[in-house]
Amino acid sequence: MSVTYLGMPPFPVAAAASTGDERLRGNLRHATRTIRDKRAGAVAELSDWSALRTAGAQIKDRTLRHLDHYLEQLEASVTAAGGTVHWAADAEEANGIVTRLVRETGEREVVKVKSMATQEIGLNEALQRAGISAYETDLAELIVQLGEDHPSHILVPAIHRNRGEIRDIFRERMGRWGRPAPQGLTDRPSDLAEAARLHLREKFLNAKVGVSGANFMVAESGTLVVVESEGNGRMCLTLPETLISVVGIEKVVPTWQDLEVFLQLLPRSSTAERMNPYTSTWSGTTDGDGPRDFHLVLLDNGRTDTLADRVGRQTLRCIRCSACLNVCPVYERAGGHAYGSPYPGPIGAILTPQLDSMETGLDASLPYASSLCGACFEVCPVAIDIPEVLVHLRERVVQGGTATVRGQRTTVKPAKGHAAERAAMRAASWTFDHPRALRAGERLASRARRLVPHRLPGPGRAWTDTRDVPQLPQESFRDWWRRSRGPSGDVPSGSANDLPSGTGTGATGEPGGSSGSGGPGRSGGPSKSGRSGGAGPQEGTR
Amino acid sequence: MSGRETVLGRIRRALADVPRTERPDQAPVARDHLRVHGERSARETARLLAAHLVDYRAHVSHCTPADLPQTIADLLARRGSRSVVTPAGVPAKWLPEDVERVTDSAALTPLDLDAVGSVVTGCAVAVAETGTLVLDASEDQGRRRITLVPDHHICVVRVPEQVVDSVPQALERLDPARPQTWISGPSATSDIELDRVEGVHGPRTLDVVLVAAEAEATETEADAAGTAEGARGARGAETTGG
Repeated sequence: MSVTYLGMPPFPVAAAASTGDERLRGNLRHATRTIRDKRAGAVAELSDWSALRTAGAQIKDRTLRHLDHYLEQLEASVTAAGGTVHWAADAEEANGIVTRLVRETGEREVVKVKSMATQEIGLNEALQRAGISAYETDLAELIVQLGEDHPSHILVPAIHRNRGEIRDIFRERMGRWGRPAPQGLTDRPSDLAEAARLHLREKFLNAKVGVSGANFMVAESGTLVVVESEGNGRMCLTLPETLISVVGIEKVVPTWQDLEVFLQLLPRSSTAERMNPYTSTWSGTTDGDGPRDFHLVLLDNGRTDTLADRVGRQTLRCIRCSACLNVCPVYERAGGHAYGSPYPGPIGAILTPQLDSMETGLDASLPYASSLCGACFEVCPVAIDIPEVLVHLRERVVQGGTATVRGQRTTVKPAKGHAAERAAMRAASWTFDHPRALRAGERLASRARRLVPHRLPGPGRAWTDTRDVPQLPQESFRDWWRRSRGPSGDVPSGSANDLPSGTGTGATGEPGGSSGSGGPGRSGGPSKSGRSGGAGPQEGTR
Repeated sequence: MSGRETVLGRIRRALADVPRTERPDQAPVARDHLRVHGERSARETARLLAAHLVDYRAHVSHCTPADLPQTIADLLARRGSRSVVTPAGVPAKWLPEDVERVTDSAALTPLDLDAVGSVVTGCAVAVAETGTLVLDASEDQGRRRITLVPDHHICVVRVPEQVVDSVPQALERLDPARPQTWISGPSATSDIELDRVEGVHGPRTLDVVLVAAEAEATETEADAAGTAEGARGARGAETTGG
């Protein structure tokens, strides 16, 4: 099953629509700029931020290099603490396990803490098909669920909605799911939060089954950690009799003390706070306090395939802070929905296609949803070199190669739609290997330069939609070198004025004819011999 | 093949590049980060804790051990609470006579807790650099749910013995086998336009009582008031500037 939402178009198609949505862009601009400044302030409070970042990356790398060891240790410690561990190779298996566990309780309703892993596997939909209602309890997830919408940000899934839209959704939809919104609800954030409190309270107090993810799992102690703000997490983790946590296998860290790094990195990168309001930790079950039954479902769903790729492996360090979304110029303009999966923004552009084995057109388009500006790498608290992985995945899209797909080494074909690019690159590669052909090609291009249109036809058109075709020089470097230095390559007696011109914009000097080439003269005028010193007639280049 | 064998098998094949002889602790981890951010006396640490608690909208009171019952009584009166839930380990003398005391037990349902006005607990450790209180379900802190369902939480911190500077120091003191709740200010959300709003599902009012020996308590109170003012001013400026 694909990580991406059903029927999502490739990124450029979706982004073309979303970038034209003024309200969406306004909402995103406001929210991302607010959080960017706050994050910078929260990070600046810690003088050892770069050391924490290095430690975070290295602890994750150590864990990933020995993931089998740490998962087995985790399984043993969770079991010893009274929990039950399940393993799911893919989304179907995970959904099947959770559905069975809920059925065994005899309940038809579950309360949920916001969890990226359960969104990724489409758990709510799977439970619904089994006749079980899953209530999202995070404020933003509630907004998304009531609005029958998709999340568009990792931390703030309803970031695409402003307060007025949220008020309208609450007024119209809350009554269908339970307690309706209070009369005369305003769009003040505090009133909206109060409405959510009232709406969800009866669900929490009567809940028998809770479903969560986790931010971290500690191998040595079997401890799970959930970091949150509202208290809905605490409600779901402590009030129900049964707790089921679905967690990606990459969330394990070796030791309890390792949390000192991540509990400093995550809140400041995520909500730009010194510490988030609530963090819950639990190891298995505790008599009389919290759920009697605890189930941990360890989820692969493409993570081991990502692990097998030595460049892509670093993607699994991600702690889902969403700092990369907030600084990304592409995310700010295109919005989260254009990425077509629960993982938007720069991290989504590398995570989704890897989890998905690049199987859809959307997956193949995501590595291109970036200007490679590098801001994401700079803010990443675990130093994931997102641009490096993007370029690596682009190579896989265009050239194919070997990759691991569902645990099997597979030769993947290049993605569709990149034939022209591949042909051009192959031709370029051949030409650069054949100097005579290159020279002939360069001369031909110089001479035909007036014929080159400003916009390319055919497959090149998309490229020139947003760019000018570069101007071709009148003379290639190789010809200029030959002419000015002689065939032997002697140091010339000329001055800097000898440099060929014509590559820049605006008026260009006339560097003289194609001495030594014997070819037909340029159509602009008679060829001149000797050194022109750039004093030739001005040529209108555009 | 079970899910377990499938996943572990895939992991081992994926890690073919890792030398078989490499032990986990041989993969390098540089731990060059600081144990504490800055040098502080115990008094300065307590002041920082108070300032950071206030910055995230907790209310901070200072008192001596002798004044604690009166301080708690005042906070309950201000709130108008008629009933208080406490874990078994909170001494009876902390609470005034005129409120109904509900001692936590497994028999209390979430609905029972929802009918209670306030909760009074101690804490395991408090972290100054982040303004965090950690509860670990010890006798004076009780089950996790009692500090969640009532809308008003009074948390008593013994200064200086329960206060540490930093997150690394806090983790060293805590036992992961115990269920924990780390609390930094009242319940809040950033879900509407990424702007922090206090008060969603957890207690919307968090009162923290810093209990210290006499001389220390008075001095800290005066200083903390100043620091807290400063923090509030800075925060106000930040909000309007954004």
